[in-house]
Amino acid sequence: MTSLRDEVEDPLGLDYARAPRFSSPDEVGAALAANRYLADAAIASVVYLADRLIKPVLIEGPAGTGKTQLGKTVAEALGARLIRLQCYEGIDESKALYEWNYRKQLLRIQAGQHGESGLDWHELEGDIFSDEFLLTRPLLEAIRATDPVVLLIDEVDRVEVETEALLLEVLSEYQVSIPELGTLTATQLPLVFLTSNNTRELSEALKRRCLYLHLNYPDVERERAIVLSRVPGVSSALATRIAEVVRSLRQLDLRKAPSVSETLDWARTLVVLGRSELGDQDVKDTLHVLLKFQSDIDKASKELLGNRA
Amino acid sequence: MLDLLGSFVGELRDAGIPVSTTEHLDAARALVAIDLMERAVVKAALSTTLVKDETHFAAFELAFEIFFASVTAQAAADQLDGPEHEPGEPSSQRGSEGRGKGGGGGASGEVTQEELAAMLFRALREGDASMLAEGARIAVSRFAGIEPGRPVGGTYYLYRTLRNLDLDALRALLQSAAAGEGALPGSLSQRLALDDASGRIDQLRRAIEDEIRRRLVEDRGASALARSVRRPLPEDLDVMHATRDELTALHRALVPLSRKLAMRLARKRRRGHRGALDLRRTVRQSMSTGGVPINPVFKPPRPAKPEIFVIADVSGSVASFARFTLLLVHAISAQFRKVRSFVFVDALDEATRFFEGAADPADAVARINTEADVVWIDGHSDYGRALTQFHERYANDVTRRTSILLLGDARNNYHASQAWVLDDLRRRARAVYWLNPEPQSYWNSGDSIVAAYAPHCDAVVECRTLRQLERFVGTLA
Ligand SMILES: Nc1ncnc2c1ncn2[C@@H]1O[C@H](COP(=O)(O)OP(=O)(O)OP(=O)(O)O)[C@@H](O)[C@H]1O
Ligand SMILES: [Mg+2]
Repeated sequence: MTSLRDEVEDPLGLDYARAPRFSSPDEVGAALAANRYLADAAIASVVYLADRLIKPVLIEGPAGTGKTQLGKTVAEALGARLIRLQCYEGIDESKALYEWNYRKQLLRIQAGQHGESGLDWHELEGDIFSDEFLLTRPLLEAIRATDPVVLLIDEVDRVEVETEALLLEVLSEYQVSIPELGTLTATQLPLVFLTSNNTRELSEALKRRCLYLHLNYPDVERERAIVLSRVPGVSSALATRIAEVVRSLRQLDLRKAPSVSETLDWARTLVVLGRSELGDQDVKDTLHVLLKFQSDIDKASKELLGNRA
Repeated sequence: MLDLLGSFVGELRDAGIPVSTTEHLDAARALVAIDLMERAVVKAALSTTLVKDETHFAAFELAFEIFFASVTAQAAADQLDGPEHEPGEPSSQRGSEGRGKGGGGGASGEVTQEELAAMLFRALREGDASMLAEGARIAVSRFAGIEPGRPVGGTYYLYRTLRNLDLDALRALLQSAAAGEGALPGSLSQRLALDDASGRIDQLRRAIEDEIRRRLVEDRGASALARSVRRPLPEDLDVMHATRDELTALHRALVPLSRKLAMRLARKRRRGHRGALDLRRTVRQSMSTGGVPINPVFKPPRPAKPEIFVIADVSGSVASFARFTLLLVHAISAQFRKVRSFVFVDALDEATRFFEGAADPADAVARINTEADVVWIDGHSDYGRALTQFHERYANDVTRRTSILLLGDARNNYHASQAWVLDDLRRRARAVYWLNPEPQSYWNSGDSIVAAYAPHCDAVVECRTLRQLERFVGTLA
């Protein structure tokens, strides 16, 4: 136990003198709300801790619950530059970290042959494996940035297991090793967010290095607030109704429950249709914006509207 | 506080949640960085550092409520530097006054039943958390009849308390308050109001649970209580005896579990993905390089992917087990060359067609329940008849590549075993396995005839939980 206590006192190998970005979870919540992202206590606390503990945040949860948006909004709130690595199957080191600019290297070698001939191979090698010939990809870019940045690694579950390993050095040491150049260490520690749609289980190693945030559907009050802040022209009564209908729908056993994006689409549709309240017939007419399967639409009409609409 | 954290982490580990030393340390650092007075923040700090799997949240939450509910914010703050003893143990809790133990007394005597009902209604309607907590305190004092030292779980006291509160009337009141005037029966407004009211009733239930838990912790100490109410993680639940709620949890746990398994298998396959060195071809190739074997040639990888035939008893007693196994096997069907499923009670039907083209294997399983033709006379399992039918129709499809997986408790209702079928299938197949969801100690008791089939199987495996199931299926691919 005492050893634990000591380690808490002197927590990090990364001893950067660094002012915290936020003074409390409440301040995080307020900063996000000012940028139209409505966070609950858990979300605000995790973002606050990510900064305090200098740890990446792994965000999982159903589609359309604001995983990507959280990373983006944190960047906005901090006035930081967002560097985004959109993952996909087959993404590799050369797309995620860095790549040597072979063409330019080749040109350099050819120029060396024709120009003043004194250049020996050693010099040339040192020359072509230098910064000038390095193509920086998002992860390296985030490490090398001198301005404040937020790194968003989106949909990390799409990369192959082997590629996942490439991330680990960045995520735990905030550095990138390039054989020809040595180890490049961050000059500022970026906030890092990873999102996952759960299509694949991520490795234990990755999870251990991250704070974990499971984003679920918001409760009625928060969803109402999201609608109010994201949809211009929506009345307060309509927003309440929308949030209530969506809550009831999510309690039904549907093939695909409506996500926050679908709630917002629905709200926008209703505003365009000029609704300031929501009657049974309005719901019936627009349910297809919220629900994607006909069987879900049928079930929802029956359950929510009874035999009346 | 660090000691409290230590016991808490110990409890999580005992409950089956893997917590590494690094994560323990992260949690400690997180607690140092936050305001311990804020319960929601404390909870978020612990869950984000300690729990990395959504299906473990329920277990985390229960442990958190027990270990941190009784620790008042002030006590927690004191303990950060104060003297060390396990918080949540009775000795450290005596300070909280005005919180009578069990059996009435205190202010609660003065509130009438009607006043209590009115108070709960107002608290729920207005979302007033402290009034709700007060109402819950009074209700528990009056109705739960908590007896100090009695080792019963909280659900007993919860039941006693709820029985005395007319929740249906309360729900109806809340519903009509939410619906407003003139909402027609069967209308959207009514339905929304009902869902709203039910949500608020759930809050009351939770407030009462919190109060009971707080008192039990005072009485017995956090660790002891946690030990006695600990529930297995979904993957460790006994499938055959799971309650409805537990079955729902099992269902939810199955998807991540099958994903984990698929990942492990894919990784295993990739690691061994080069075959052995093909010496003959390497030497021949080397002719073009003057006999120097520059390009080694490898044999193609082993034709590894097996073919799986699942034959499952889907009768009442073992239906959930069959369902989970079918779901799991089909969820990772990419790991196999082919998967065919057969289901039976006292007649056998091939169910593969339901899975073909189904977006979600769960849809297919639902169709098996309603559409498969598995009952012949009486709906009691007849393994012998099912096996004979399988043999008649499909024996010729079984090849050296086929692994056969039989699922069931081998409770044959005293029919003939027809064990010769297994003997013949085993000769044709790569392997025959039997997964039995009953504890091994029950095998061969009553009408269980495991012993008749076992000699014709490569292995008979006890398989009572998702974890055991996952482990076994993992060895197949
Ligand atoms: N808490 C919130 N506050 C404000 N807007 C939100 C919130 N949550 C979600 N949204 C909105 O919902 C939409 C979907 O969010 P986002 O794209 O971040 O979801 P996601 O979880 O990344 O989904 P996917 O899994 O499909 O990538 C966005 O328009 C976003 O602005
Ligand atoms: Mg996204």
